[in-house]
Amino acid sequence: MAGVVRGGQRYELRGGESVLDGLIRHGVPVSSSCRAGHCRSCLLRAENPPEEAQSGLKQTLRERGHFLACLCVPTADLILIDDDASLHTRAEIIARRVLAPDIVRLWLRPEQPLDFVPGQFVTLQRDDGLTRSYSLASLPREGWLELHIRRVAGGQMSRWLHDEVEIGTEVTLAGPFGDCYYARGRPTQPLLLAGVGTGLAPLYGIVRDALEHGHDGPVTLWQAALRPDRLYYEEELRSLTSRWPNLTYRACTREGHAARPDVVIGSLPEVMLGDLSDCAAIRAFLCGDPTLVHQLKKRLFLAGVPLGEIHADAFVPSSSPATRQ
Amino acid sequence: MSDTLFDRLGGEPAMQAAVEGFYRRMLADDRVSEFFDDVDMDRQMAKQKAFLTFVCGGPVRYTGLDMRTAHAPLLSRGLNDGHVDVVIEHLAGTLRDLGVAEAHIAEVGALAESVRADVLGR
Repeated sequence: MAGVVRGGQRYELRGGESVLDGLIRHGVPVSSSCRAGHCRSCLLRAENPPEEAQSGLKQTLRERGHFLACLCVPTADLILIDDDASLHTRAEIIARRVLAPDIVRLWLRPEQPLDFVPGQFVTLQRDDGLTRSYSLASLPREGWLELHIRRVAGGQMSRWLHDEVEIGTEVTLAGPFGDCYYARGRPTQPLLLAGVGTGLAPLYGIVRDALEHGHDGPVTLWQAALRPDRLYYEEELRSLTSRWPNLTYRACTREGHAARPDVVIGSLPEVMLGDLSDCAAIRAFLCGDPTLVHQLKKRLFLAGVPLGEIHADAFVPSSSPATRQ
Repeated sequence: MSDTLFDRLGGEPAMQAAVEGFYRRMLADDRVSEFFDDVDMDRQMAKQKAFLTFVCGGPVRYTGLDMRTAHAPLLSRGLNDGHVDVVIEHLAGTLRDLGVAEAHIAEVGALAESVRADVLGR
């Protein structure tokens, strides 16, 4: 009989019993609601879950082993992946650079190389326990981990990272986490990426990952900020467009006078949507402020972008220790 | 021996294709779109797909309690018969787009009607 392995413990399943029913029978708490594969409450992760248990999930979730426990009747032992038990790695802060009035870049060197996919995030824990999550902007080949930190008004971690922390300080990283990344397989598909504020960070990794792995469809990267002085990485992004002819870089700010002639002033959703064609073919990546990300996701979907092709990473501000930022 | 509409439309892949159109209609309709604000869109679409599968006679069953529980929070936000009418209207529109005959659209409407009382907590 197949079983489910969770946290080192094996739970035997009865013949034909789903992972959900089996775990609950063993007294393991698993969220559930419809128990019929529709509500996604019972979403778990495992190594190689059966395909039919991944019905309806987007490619990135399937690749990362997400599955619906209520639909999963494994024929061999299924090993669950528990994000809470992820590896912790010590890392040294090796560099800090101011990118914009409210944004600094940190480079960290982890004790051991982190096995991550561009677009994922880590949680950074200070030695007193203060913890926040940040997206990785770097690529695995670069050898350092790059984070873009926005100064949050009253924010403990961002104040520490902006103003106080000394180069050479060690922190503890957990992760990587997250499913917002470039899944391979359709290199001619138009890509649309939009980063609001430090939402650019994961996209800087994702866009280079896509291009370096042969994506040759049209790629449009939108960078958005409140005002032109908050835009950053202009030189880096221009250098990318020189290197990759299929990459277009556009910038949009809500307010202000454009010191740069290429910056469009206006509401990002309006500006982006005005520019779109062939929506049904697009794969989109949206990162940053949750309200704007959600608004963009909805507008893009309504314009015809398939929902499963919209990868959104909303930077939810922390209200408790380990929340996305 | 009758196939269900679900079978004749092409089963699960057809529902996957149809639900995007159905969900877009709901999101774009001011009469009901407020109920979809601030929801996880991927989860919401999964639920819509289940509902579409159900009304097309596919392998989804709802108990009255399921429908009551799921919609109870919306009652306090003013969910009423008018909203249910809009959903049925958009179901019909979605199926028309798929080329489904009016007689079958009426059957689907009837199945949708059968959950009205539970949805509205009567």
